Amino acid sequence: MQAGAAARRERPKRREGDAGSGWLLRGLAAVVPLLTLGVGAQLYWGSAAARRAFGWGFLTGSTWDPVFEHFGAWPFLFGTLFTTAVALVLAAPLGVAVAIFLSEVAPRRVRVWLGGLVELLAVVPSVVYGLWGMVVLVPWLRQTLEPWLGAHLGWLPLFQGPAYGVGFLAAGLVLALMVLPFVVSMALEAMRAVPVAQREAGLALGATRWEVVQHIVLPAARGGIGGGVLLAVGRALGETMAVTMLIGNRPAVSASLFAPGYTLASIIANEFTEATSALYTASLVELGLILFGLTLVVNLAARMLLKPRGAAA
Amino acid sequence: MRRRRYLSRLLLAATGVCTLAVLTPLVMILYRVAREGAGALNWTFLTHLPTPPGESGGGMGNAVVGTLEMLAVALAVGLPLGLAGALYTAELGRERLAGVVRFAADVLTGVPTIVTGLFVYALVVVPMRRFSALAGGLALAMILLPITLRAGEEALRAVPASYREAALALGASRGRMWRGVLLPAARRGLIAAALLGVMRTAGETAPLLLTSLNNSQWNLRLGRPMASLTVQIYTYATGPYDDWHQQAWAAALLLLLLVGGLAVVARWWSGRGEAA
Repeated sequence: MQAGAAARRERPKRREGDAGSGWLLRGLAAVVPLLTLGVGAQLYWGSAAARRAFGWGFLTGSTWDPVFEHFGAWPFLFGTLFTTAVALVLAAPLGVAVAIFLSEVAPRRVRVWLGGLVELLAVVPSVVYGLWGMVVLVPWLRQTLEPWLGAHLGWLPLFQGPAYGVGFLAAGLVLALMVLPFVVSMALEAMRAVPVAQREAGLALGATRWEVVQHIVLPAARGGIGGGVLLAVGRALGETMAVTMLIGNRPAVSASLFAPGYTLASIIANEFTEATSALYTASLVELGLILFGLTLVVNLAARMLLKPRGAAA
Repeated sequence: MRRRRYLSRLLLAATGVCTLAVLTPLVMILYRVAREGAGALNWTFLTHLPTPPGESGGGMGNAVVGTLEMLAVALAVGLPLGLAGALYTAELGRERLAGVVRFAADVLTGVPTIVTGLFVYALVVVPMRRFSALAGGLALAMILLPITLRAGEEALRAVPASYREAALALGASRGRMWRGVLLPAARRGLIAAALLGVMRTAGETAPLLLTSLNNSQWNLRLGRPMASLTVQIYTYATGPYDDWHQQAWAAALLLLLLVGGLAVVARWWSGRGEAA
């Protein structure tokens, strides 16, 4: 502190004055890694009782019985993976298509406006998607889309069974909408970074505009597209409210899109504050640990794919 | 050749159709929220307490106040930390710790918010032995912090190195240069970063379910459970009464106006920052 005052009056003693502000900053910045470690550590310790009671069998166990205190994660893990897969199957190709349209087809002004609208998809709160899904999407699925799919594609196990409306399909559809902006913005950024000269070179060689997209733009933007898709997966895995409102909340494993299910995030949201025993709570925390682990791996992979962009920073 | 050109047209047109297909549900959602919400969004809604289940009337005044108060807590805690982190990673970015901070911020951004809720539950709710607005605000702060940090870092990096060099050449210490030159120069971008953080946080529900819970009464005290717009939407949407659904739409509209307004302002600020 003395050094700081002296620096103001006389010649700057850079070393000391700077060291002070530097250490303050380091201290404040270190909060972030500490928090991140804290999350992992808390989930690990908080789930100790469940891990001791069920071991690795927790992952594959499919009973969830708070009365007899027998817990298994499989229905929830399955629901999380299934809804994420549905969302991904829809959001990845659609997102890339939107990015191609915005980057290669739309004029600048259209790109700015439509791009803004797509970003708006990421701004709508999850609970609002859930509300809309319950009131608008679910009845439509139950009365129109699911019977139609069942009639025409019913030979696939995916489209068998009664049409509930709520279920994997409803949750997956809304999830797709919610994670799409992540695919679009990353893919768009990567496509815009491809030099115009490369496109022109392709055109000059006689390629059509689509061939330029297919053979020049998409390969060059591969990393960004992959990273965007993985970010979207990470989001879809952990998304809570919209899914909780649309999936039907039944811990059952089914190959049918029409069936109700449950996800890791949903059961934590529904049951955590009502969990009565220590083992019950620890089991829910272990579900959180699984979810944390899944998203961590996916996000790290996304970060590696997007690295060339971040490495310059 | 003609076939190839035809195919090219067709596929590029298909991407346009995809774009429309994606934007249709968005427009449907916005339209629905506006139509249903506008009917129920009135003065009573903004100033009255919720009525007991089954009774019609009432509003969500306490939830409006609750959401704003918890966002204020999130800003008060998350913003200084986020900006300090941004300054650190932007200015002392070569240090090993800076890489760790960046990495941790990215990981933290990716943590599902329900998991953030679990963490804050163990950290705040359990020791206090009570759900509280403080816990809710801290959970929101944890979500806001890494977003602001990374966006703020980018804003600071956008300031030309010559500004820093000029200040240092005039004999300013590094701290003086940060305060006097760098931060003012990046002001717009930093405000946009803060707005982005608030925007992403305002619509959060899941962590609040585990931290601030809900409250049917007026409450300003941080140590008590507190109502919020998002939790109230969830409760009302999943409830059985038509009147509740109406109010859920109104709350959704209010929330969208808040978040959408912030998005527009953020875009405008950062856009102007680029132009300047």
